Amino acid sequence: MTEIQYEPVIGLEIHVQLRTQTKMFCSCPLSFGEPPNTRTCPVCLGLPGTLPVTNAEAIHYGLMIGMAVGSELAPRSIFHRKNYFYPDLPKGYQISQFDEPLCSGGRLGDVRIHRVHLEEDAAKLIHAGASGRIHGSDASVVDFNRGGTPLAEIVTEPDVRSAEQASEWLRLLRTTLRQLGVSDVNMEEGSLRCDANISIRPVGQTELGTKTELKNMNSFRFIERGIRAEVARQERLLREGESIVQETLHFDPRTEAITSLRSKEEAHDYRYFPEPDLPPVTITPAMLERARAAMPELPADRERRLIDDVGLNAESARLLSWRAELGDLFEAALASGEAGDAEPQLVANWVNELQARLGDEEPQASKVTPAALATLAGLVASKAVTQGAAKQVLDTLVAEGGDPAQVVEAQGLGAVGGADELAPVVRAALEANPDVAEKLRGGDMKAIGVIIGHVMKETRGRADGKEVTAIVRSELGL
Amino acid sequence: MDVSELLSLTAAQATAAIERGDLDAAELFAAYRSRAADDDLNAFTWVAEDLPEDLHSDAPLRGVPLAVKDLFCTEGVPSQAGSKILEGYLPPYTATSVRRLQDAGATLLGKTNQDEFAMGSSNENSAYGPVLNPWDRTRVPGGSSGGSAAAVAAGLAPWALGTDTGGSIRQPAALCGIVGLKPTYGTVSRYGMIAFASSLDQAGPFTRDVTDAALLYRHLTGTDPMDSTAVGHPEEIVLPTAERLDGVRLGVPAELSTGEGVEPGVLAAFEASLETARSLGATIETCHLPTAALGLSAYYVLAPAEASSNLSRYDGVRYGLRTPADDLVSMYTDTRHDGFGDEVKRRILIGTYALSSGYYDAYYGRAQKVRTLIAREFASVFQNVDFVVTPTSPTVAFKLGSLTADPLAMYLNDFFTVPMSLAGIPAISIPCGLSEGLPVGLQLAGAAFSENRILDAAHALERALAFDGSPPRTREAA
Repeated sequence: MTEIQYEPVIGLEIHVQLRTQTKMFCSCPLSFGEPPNTRTCPVCLGLPGTLPVTNAEAIHYGLMIGMAVGSELAPRSIFHRKNYFYPDLPKGYQISQFDEPLCSGGRLGDVRIHRVHLEEDAAKLIHAGASGRIHGSDASVVDFNRGGTPLAEIVTEPDVRSAEQASEWLRLLRTTLRQLGVSDVNMEEGSLRCDANISIRPVGQTELGTKTELKNMNSFRFIERGIRAEVARQERLLREGESIVQETLHFDPRTEAITSLRSKEEAHDYRYFPEPDLPPVTITPAMLERARAAMPELPADRERRLIDDVGLNAESARLLSWRAELGDLFEAALASGEAGDAEPQLVANWVNELQARLGDEEPQASKVTPAALATLAGLVASKAVTQGAAKQVLDTLVAEGGDPAQVVEAQGLGAVGGADELAPVVRAALEANPDVAEKLRGGDMKAIGVIIGHVMKETRGRADGKEVTAIVRSELGL
Repeated sequence: MDVSELLSLTAAQATAAIERGDLDAAELFAAYRSRAADDDLNAFTWVAEDLPEDLHSDAPLRGVPLAVKDLFCTEGVPSQAGSKILEGYLPPYTATSVRRLQDAGATLLGKTNQDEFAMGSSNENSAYGPVLNPWDRTRVPGGSSGGSAAAVAAGLAPWALGTDTGGSIRQPAALCGIVGLKPTYGTVSRYGMIAFASSLDQAGPFTRDVTDAALLYRHLTGTDPMDSTAVGHPEEIVLPTAERLDGVRLGVPAELSTGEGVEPGVLAAFEASLETARSLGATIETCHLPTAALGLSAYYVLAPAEASSNLSRYDGVRYGLRTPADDLVSMYTDTRHDGFGDEVKRRILIGTYALSSGYYDAYYGRAQKVRTLIAREFASVFQNVDFVVTPTSPTVAFKLGSLTADPLAMYLNDFFTVPMSLAGIPAISIPCGLSEGLPVGLQLAGAAFSENRILDAAHALERALAFDGSPPRTREAA
């Protein structure tokens, strides 16, 4: 009997702290690591008698996000109260949006957007004691600096099918938000936070399985690992004939353990109702025009431009647009004028080579300048260095920086060119491999790899494979 | 000027006397301070210790003392909203409305007792004890602004600030034989008013006569960057001068004139005042507000719903009462159990229920529809009449303790006042006669922002009715 194959169905909920001048509903400046409780006022402390006043800049940023993902924008901004008790929520309710989000629908990359709405962030709880959670802590203290920071909550449709896709898409989202300039989008600092709704179902089945919600994963790596661990847990349960319980889960990246925060039965009834302290605000044509005018080139636009105008292949265009820092490096390399004969696609290939060597490091922080990368691509295009030798040059540039031409010179990595230089090396290779030479004479060209390998070894990769083949043919009279 | 003469002045007369140099603001303040300190009605919860250093006697209100309902936040001065949960709470800021009056020259004389969080019609729901009616100390002063009403009626303050959510200015003004104005919703900032029901709460004056009401309101109204619902008043508020009601059309709503439980003496005084109005040139006609009788039911869904959310912030975490417990939920429940009185708990429960998922549409949703209908009906009635007139309260001041066991009977006190609150329109209560030796109030309600017209009409009626506003004991004392 064949084992049932399962596919994950994942939807993401992302909280983005907006980089406004002031908090969502008061005039406190946003906090960036100041001493606790120094960025507060009676309003964001929820003191008796205080009232919220909506930050127009947050609405503006919300509209920009909606435009970036092609949402339908609400004709008015209306807030609701989401009621629940928790010490990080000084009013006993969070001002959020409910049935009329600012932005509905849309798409970013290969994932549909369900909605984008605005709300206020909670304060930060710090629990003293071993558990690090409120249960079992000796004492808990509250830092209200973060309380009231504007948040955009972005909810996707359940279009994500793997942990890898989730983290790749989140990078696209981060790039988009960074391009928009609406957020610092820093996961470690909590300005970008992600929850995942995860279910699995047999491949081919259309109805969804029971979902769980995995909370607050604060790095791309943890998101991938968390989702992978939860998918594996669900699959194990189903294979053991058990069922999935709808609950909210916590992933501990240190131990990979998944623990329950609360079950469906314990879920809050938030008693949403329209916030009576904030009259609905009409979204005017002027507000829309201002948001439209502020829109920069977004990844989707850049991707199209890189294909249509610059002539890149789809794969490169996607990499360079979804990861804006790579796209910026690419465009700076082209603009440097050092690329010589290299086509943009060749330069893009070398950006990709560089990216593979940098790992998590930001390209802007590397020792390889855009001009150096362009120069290297130019050297390859003019056949001054071979592909293989150029990779060695790049290794040196990543480690030490410098000018590619000088590295080629210093390390003697210039291409071995022309029959004069190369023919003796090829001849020596044929002599050293008489059986291979025999096969080649018999028309079995597959064997030529051995000769090319020999020549490359002798020249430290500085020979051009096509040229070696041509010399072999002429030497053997083929 | 001797003390009894000085205390007999209305606020407008006092400002004029100070301006002329006939009266010293400090002397006036000292006289009232001493009266308020000897308060045996339990009208005050706090009285200023000393004469403030700066009396602002150059500003329009010339340093005239002002009593302020406890729920207005006053910096460094206890602001407890009649609740044990805020016992000893000292706000770090002053409510916009109070600050505006102080900027205009009013001096804070004291804070007045009230029903806890403005929930009540008798002032018996105060954690600081009931207030006695100066007309008969075995009777209630009305509520929720009972302390403000009693203080002004007993001559312990020249005027006072109160709040009206469903009648909390008008009903105690009626029961204490003074003038109370509930302005159009949004014309006075709510910033710093400890909230009961945000969409209904509105600050307004308690005064000895209509002129004083206009004077205080003139300085109260205005927009506020801290309150998005504060729209100010489109007109400058002028002191009323009308002596006649020629051409004024008064509408007596069929649905509100024969309500159950209206005492015959109240009805008689009301009808007599209509005769007076007719003699001044007014025409009296019947009008129809078919949905108004449902106002009470809608109000007792909407106001508790908002209150259940507004009062969530009293959780023992940051300020006010905290009952220590071993875990978070017990701390919440014990604190709120100990800190809130029965009526507050009752309304939190009603409101929580009305907002619960599955019940929202049936309760909150329907009540909002009733509210919309009532507002429309008033708007349409005001096409044909200038003012709607009713008795302010169905009864005169009732005996302390007589209704405390029957919350529904207590709620009926608001029968005539709640529809105007739901519609957000202005209404004034002026004393119009006595029944069983106790004051009866006449309510005049007008279209939104018609305060100038209401004050003029009330002024003309006040002159003609010539009600003697001093309670018997005050008369004897004088």
